[in-house]
Amino acid sequence: MFENLRLSFQGIWSHKLRSFLTMLGIIIGIAAIIAIVSTIKGTNEQIEQNLIGSGSNNVNVQLYQGDWTIDFSYESVPQGVPVISEEILREITDLEEVESAALYRYRQDYDGVYYQNTSLSGGYVYGVDRDYFITCDLLVQKGRGFVDKDFTDFHKVAILDEDSANALFQGENPIGKTIEVRQQPFVVVGVVTKKDVFEPVINSMEDYYTYAQDSSGKVYIPEAVWPVPYRYDEPQQLVVKAGSTSDMTGAGKKSADILNGYLTVSDDTVSYRSENLLEQAKQIQQLSESTNRMLIWIAGISLLVGGIGVMNIMLVSVTERTSEIGLKKAIGARKTMILGQFLTESAVLTSLGGVFGVLVGIILAEVISKLSDMPVAISIPAAAAAVVFSMVIGIVFGLIPSYKAANLDPIVALRHE
Amino acid sequence: MILNLQNIYKNYNQDKLEVPVLKNISLQVEEGEYVAIMGPSGSGKTTLMNIIGCLDRPTSGSYELAGESVLSLKDRELSSVRLNRIGFVFQSFQLMPRESALNNVSLPLSYAGIKKKERRERAGKALERVGLADRATFKPSQLSGGQKQRVAIARAMVNNPKLLLADEPTGALDSKSGRQVLELFQKLNDEGVTIVMITHDVNVANQAKRILHIIDGEIYDQNPAGIETGEEGSV
Ligand SMILES: Nc1ncnc2c1ncn2[C@@H]1O[C@H](COP(=O)(O)OP(=O)(O)O)[C@@H](O)[C@H]1O
Ligand SMILES: [Mg+2]
Repeated sequence: MFENLRLSFQGIWSHKLRSFLTMLGIIIGIAAIIAIVSTIKGTNEQIEQNLIGSGSNNVNVQLYQGDWTIDFSYESVPQGVPVISEEILREITDLEEVESAALYRYRQDYDGVYYQNTSLSGGYVYGVDRDYFITCDLLVQKGRGFVDKDFTDFHKVAILDEDSANALFQGENPIGKTIEVRQQPFVVVGVVTKKDVFEPVINSMEDYYTYAQDSSGKVYIPEAVWPVPYRYDEPQQLVVKAGSTSDMTGAGKKSADILNGYLTVSDDTVSYRSENLLEQAKQIQQLSESTNRMLIWIAGISLLVGGIGVMNIMLVSVTERTSEIGLKKAIGARKTMILGQFLTESAVLTSLGGVFGVLVGIILAEVISKLSDMPVAISIPAAAAAVVFSMVIGIVFGLIPSYKAANLDPIVALRHE
Repeated sequence: MILNLQNIYKNYNQDKLEVPVLKNISLQVEEGEYVAIMGPSGSGKTTLMNIIGCLDRPTSGSYELAGESVLSLKDRELSSVRLNRIGFVFQSFQLMPRESALNNVSLPLSYAGIKKKERRERAGKALERVGLADRATFKPSQLSGGQKQRVAIARAMVNNPKLLLADEPTGALDSKSGRQVLELFQKLNDEGVTIVMITHDVNVANQAKRILHIIDGEIYDQNPAGIETGEEGSV
């Protein structure tokens, strides 16, 4: 076996140009497949990232009426939605998929937040609990976060995110300044920022409508003082942090189930639902994949042609080496040894082609991503599968030539000069 | 008796015509003999040699190698006979051009499934026996004709076969190299190896203890003045 490998490399090396040309079909086919798969994977990862975020693995569980979340600016609070107690929250954080959970209320307040005469138009106001910042991976960048006293003593304090700090203060230091939320004064004590700064990558108008939601700024206040600017009886929303991206769907669904168990609403279209970002991502991914799948079939044809090329060259090689084969049989080589030798050579040839193909494919993918801003991600399993697949091509298309070699009549072979 | 061929016929099919190449050949060779087979080109010498070497099967007749009938053996078993019991030497050497002398000699050992370390040792010894220990790493293209043939002999003998078959081993060599090869054969024969050698050359044939003649597919143990005076099928 080892001897066969040595002989194969020697044979391939002694016909460098011919071997390379033979591999070309395999190289092109594998390179195309790797490039396509990398683009698919890159696009998928981007879709997932855009929809799901920076890896905080947050899922929002919000109250829906029919197919819509309830906007309390306009709508009345439905009867039978209880306050989410510490016990209920603990039930949720005890879920296997859930790492932490936090409660919040929020509104998009188009004209409710001011600093002096500057309005935070379209901004969001969040009333959050103690665990909110940890759950959502928000880090204090300036000033401080919320402390227990803010909740117990009903401090009218606010924390801004970077967008709202920029919009309201335009570079001025916001710490210690007083802003108004629905005419109620709140003292800014801190600015928070997302742990991993993440901007959705927008490649097209379509992407823009899919991903560009809210860069209009957020203002956080302790949930204890939510009733000061807004209503005291607004139901809470829940945000959970799943242990991993793949746990997100489960974490969201199970949390919603727990919350729904405590609902006593008469309107049965009112329920808690988790936003299923993963599933949304999958749907968009499938769309982009199905077009690329076609390309893989086309690349497959290149592999088939490459395989036939390999078969052709192996047949030539058998003819060329007729007297060598005859000699080997004359001095005692068995059929299976000759068969093994040629199969190994064919498989080594195509495997090498596969390895080169993977390298070329990776380069190709990088070039594509540089030229067209398409995201790429190299898939190690795909690369490994490509090399194994090329080896299989070598074995399959090497069978006929190897069989021919193994069954050469040694006398005819020896007479052949 | 190492070789016992009885009433061997060999026909080739050419354009739907049965062409007889060997006609009723009987041949016995004792262990340790040194036999030369002479005959004009196309008389059937190589064909007979291929049959003796288990590379070809006769159309009819019987053949026992060291008492065992080999005509009933399967392909796989014939490979093993060629590997272990017969050594081949060809006029055109038939060395692997890209392999060193040592690797060429160890080829049959690898077919016998011998481990690399032992292969190197035994191939090295075989090269020593033919006086080429210092050429072990040379490629065939770096060797003279006589040296190539001695490498081929080392390869033929590396598995210690009892029988050495040589088809015009000096045919492609100058007389000095030819003589070295013949000396080597003599040495091997002295060590007990049975040799059957084909040659055109009377001087070469005279090295052997016994000379046979093939003319037009028939075998004679005397150089016949004319074909009709020969005693057909005799030993
Ligand atoms: N495979 C074959 N098919 C047809 N004819 C053959 C074949 N091999 C040998 N012959 C014929 O058999 C005859 C004897 O050949 P060969 O044994 O090689 O002669 P020599 O070795 O004595 O020169 C020649 O006439 C040759 O043409
Ligand atoms: Mg001949």
